[in-house]
Amino acid sequence: MAVAIILLLVAIASVAFHLFSPWWWTPLASNWSYIDHTITLTFWITGAVFVAVVVFMAYCVLRFHHKEGRRAAYNPENKRLEWWLSVGTAIGVAAMLAPGLVVWHQFVTVPADATDVEVMGQQWQWSYRLPGKDGRLGTSDARLVSPDNPMGLNPDDPNGKDDIVVQNDDLHLPVGKPVKVLLRSIDVLHDFYVPEFRAKMDMIPGSVTYYWFTPTRTGTFEVLCAELCGAAHAQMRSKVIVEEDKEYHAWLEKQRTFAELSSPRSVAKVIYKTGSE
Amino acid sequence: MSAIILFMAGIAAIAGWWLSQQRLAAKPWLEEGVLVDLREQSGSSPPTAKIGLGVFLAVVGSLFALFISAYSMRMTMVDWRALPVPALLWFNTGALVLSSVALQWAYTAARRDDIDGVILGLLSGGASAVTFLIGQLLAWRQLAGAGYFVASNPANSFFYLITAVHGLHLMGGLVALGRTTSKVWRSAEVIRVRLSVELCAIYWHFLLLVWLVLLGLLTGWTDGFVDICRQLLT
Amino acid sequence: MVDVPFDTVAGIPPAEVGEVDLYHPKSWWTRYVFSQDAKVIAIQYSITAMSIGMVALVLSWLMRLQLGFPGTFSFIDPNQYLQFITMHGMIMVIYLLTALFLGGFGNYLIPLMVGARDMVFPYVNMLSYWVYLLAVVVLVSTFFVPGGPPGAGWTLYPPQAILSGTPGQDWGIILMLASLILFIIGFTMGGLNYVVTVLQARTRGMTLMRLPLTVWGIFTATVMALLAFPALLVASVMLLLDRLLGTSFFMPTLVEMGQLTKYGGGSPILFQHLFWFFGHPEVYIVALPAFGIISDLISVHARKNIFGYRMMVWAIVAIGALSFVVWAHHMYVSGMHPYFGFFFATTTLIIAIPTAIKVYTWVLTLWRGDIHLTIPMLFALAFIVTFVNGGLTGLFLGNVVVDVPLSDTMFVVAHFHMVMGIAPIMAVFGGIYHWYPKITGRMLNEVLGRFHFWVSFLGAYAIFFPMHYLGLLGMPRRYHDIGETAFVPASAHDLNAFMSVAALIVGFAQLVFLFNLVWSLFKGKEAGGNPWGAASLEWQTPETPPGHGNWGKELPIVYRWAYDYSVPGAAGDFVPQNEPPAGLLAQGAGP
Repeated sequence: MAVAIILLLVAIASVAFHLFSPWWWTPLASNWSYIDHTITLTFWITGAVFVAVVVFMAYCVLRFHHKEGRRAAYNPENKRLEWWLSVGTAIGVAAMLAPGLVVWHQFVTVPADATDVEVMGQQWQWSYRLPGKDGRLGTSDARLVSPDNPMGLNPDDPNGKDDIVVQNDDLHLPVGKPVKVLLRSIDVLHDFYVPEFRAKMDMIPGSVTYYWFTPTRTGTFEVLCAELCGAAHAQMRSKVIVEEDKEYHAWLEKQRTFAELSSPRSVAKVIYKTGSE
Repeated sequence: MSAIILFMAGIAAIAGWWLSQQRLAAKPWLEEGVLVDLREQSGSSPPTAKIGLGVFLAVVGSLFALFISAYSMRMTMVDWRALPVPALLWFNTGALVLSSVALQWAYTAARRDDIDGVILGLLSGGASAVTFLIGQLLAWRQLAGAGYFVASNPANSFFYLITAVHGLHLMGGLVALGRTTSKVWRSAEVIRVRLSVELCAIYWHFLLLVWLVLLGLLTGWTDGFVDICRQLLT
Repeated sequence: MVDVPFDTVAGIPPAEVGEVDLYHPKSWWTRYVFSQDAKVIAIQYSITAMSIGMVALVLSWLMRLQLGFPGTFSFIDPNQYLQFITMHGMIMVIYLLTALFLGGFGNYLIPLMVGARDMVFPYVNMLSYWVYLLAVVVLVSTFFVPGGPPGAGWTLYPPQAILSGTPGQDWGIILMLASLILFIIGFTMGGLNYVVTVLQARTRGMTLMRLPLTVWGIFTATVMALLAFPALLVASVMLLLDRLLGTSFFMPTLVEMGQLTKYGGGSPILFQHLFWFFGHPEVYIVALPAFGIISDLISVHARKNIFGYRMMVWAIVAIGALSFVVWAHHMYVSGMHPYFGFFFATTTLIIAIPTAIKVYTWVLTLWRGDIHLTIPMLFALAFIVTFVNGGLTGLFLGNVVVDVPLSDTMFVVAHFHMVMGIAPIMAVFGGIYHWYPKITGRMLNEVLGRFHFWVSFLGAYAIFFPMHYLGLLGMPRRYHDIGETAFVPASAHDLNAFMSVAALIVGFAQLVFLFNLVWSLFKGKEAGGNPWGAASLEWQTPETPPGHGNWGKELPIVYRWAYDYSVPGAAGDFVPQNEPPAGLLAQGAGP
């Protein structure tokens, strides 16, 4: 009796916790509402299964617990019931998988008009780079990293000269414009994670990964690192500020390009060094 | 990871074939009384030690399939610079083939109850296996002498690592071979060592097979084959 | 009924370890320390695993203290926190659960359940334990070397695992990798035994379809482990070489603390593929024995045959095979080719179907049963609740796009603790309460046992159920202190504190359990040979605890499956597996 009630209470308490929990996802700030919908759908299906199984167990414990003279039924199998349950499960699984795959297809298909934004992780800070007037980012290489060129940008690449470099500062993005975030790292794995955007992807030294999203509301959002990257992993923070076009351009005007940042002397030095290798 | 998937598919096929003979569709609650399964029906099920060796070889096979997977995954990257394979490896391969043949000979001698043949086969098999190992070491020295150090390039690292792992397995085999030889020496009764000799021979053939596959991979022979597979997959 | 040609059977010798080959201890040392008896090895494995598990439990207290009350305990710094999570994870997954299920339960139960005298290679079996012990010693030694244990997370992802920004990168990681290599060697020795014993040493009449599901679970898990652990071996060896010799298997060109390193050309993703090629089957290596044990516990304590035995067996085999083609669902956000996501999400969700079938058959076994709410049964019920909960959240994480916001958050931590932490531990406890009488001849104390059960089950549920919601909120994992973060409300810190208190209470309940284990050894109620009225073979030994060689003079002969409970027309409510059918006795062909 007590066991059955406690099992029932576990089911009820879990559902109540879910319904009344003040801990819920952060308000969405990107176009990925589909992800949220898929999660909600998954919660409904799995929640129903969980409650059904636990309540059925509680019923069995209540109804069939040992009493003097009770004898269990002899019931080795029931083909038909088993097949029905399997088919039902398969349908439930398909109902979650199909929308998931559709949304994943959107997630990995970057729209043609997305602007590139580069995010670079290193222990333990974030740096950002936006393409200049030419709309293209220059190449980079971890071998070129030096105190004068902390992002390891290629000084010989004409595309890179007008790239806007944002270091030790927040990233600004215009609202409503799709962004393709190019992710790279110069030391270990990191993961550029803004909870409000829902999207995330690891950054791997030696290659460039990406994801895309469209910021849908203005505001300031906190950046965290989601892939363990060493001692100060938890302190690797930054901010993304999503703002209207006008403010964004005002901010953009104040930023400096790679060519401006690297004094002629240091550029010459880098060229000399790479030339000698 | 295609090499290991292929390997696992092979294992799954064997497991599936075996399970298919075990009456997995039977309804055990209806079957009262003594049931005889495959083990007893055939009357001559292989000895336990042989099955044990078979399972062990599956584990070792999985290990090498994983090395091959890692190798072929790395090989596809643009900066891959394969190292020149020393000619000595061909001599070593010959020694290993010889070793395998000698052990096979020892096994057939054991089946004929020819104790001298067994001893001769085991000793020459062991000797040529040791020759193989020494040859491998010399090949390493040649490479190192030519400036191909273990850490200077991923291809070099893989070469040293894979040959080392193969060599270690052969050394483990030599321990078993040594024990078998001393048993033959002491007991003179061939019937009692026949199984040990057979197990050694199987292990040797297996390591020879693994070596030939690795050699094909390291010398780049299988590149064409790998390319074909990749085109089929994509 | 199937026609069985009894007369043809008579001439076939029973499959067993011959009296000559059977190992006989000659002294106290070879009987209790360097023993080749699987039962002694099982106890050695279990004690070692539980001891190292206690270390991991203490580490979890320290972690929870830090998370619940950040800044209060000055003796835990961020580096140590990372070392705690790494050691806790590695110990729990490999050195406790794998060793306990396969080395502990496997060694004890396989020979008894299949009706063998011992494992088929007793000497190798003994070596297996001692290599395992060495691996544990090497692992523990990381606490005492300069720099301390590794702090790279239990996944040991390079490049950071061997770079200077991570604690324990000088000695800790080297010893950890060496310990893993030893563990795998030791496990392979043991695993060969478990597999070949099931293949070869089953007694007469013990066909595969008459094996108890515990044996099916352990057998399949061992086959998987034998094939999957080499992937961890390959990854460990290569990482070790990267650390020691400066090779670049996993190390691309990179900058370490502003300095360009000599590494170049390696692939960090390759490590992840190798690691998870082991890591995912590992989940089922832990889960399948638990599935088997739970099936047996439910059937025995509900006095009812397991519902859908055939489906159970097929599901175990299907799960075992499928679990090798789902590994990359741990890598959806690792930066691998995005199109892999379609394939691995599909295979991952397909594996949910055989798993669900198992859950259905358990609850349908309860239905119309005669449920004795003994402690093993309670643990089985708790297993179903926690396993269903954790399994269902797996459907979130396996569905590739849903995984994107949730991966690397506390949701993942909650999920895997529920499904491969709490649930298998419930199966372990249930198994111990169930088989302790066979191992020692005495029952565990009932009052302490019920206390232990309720605190462990409800406490653990109270820790890990709410934790999902912190992950949903966006709280990342492996943070020693979330600190001032805009989207984290103050109430989340209160919830963390609540979970920490619950964790401490659950932890102390485990001390009660350990006390019970020791106390009952001397003061427990005498159990007799078959206190639960179980039909499977291990309860039919002539002696309790089973003597050397398990079966006295003659091996048992098996006449039926392991689940003949409440058979219509039978006298008692169970029929032992080795009880001959009535007709056979009349013919005089029985034992």
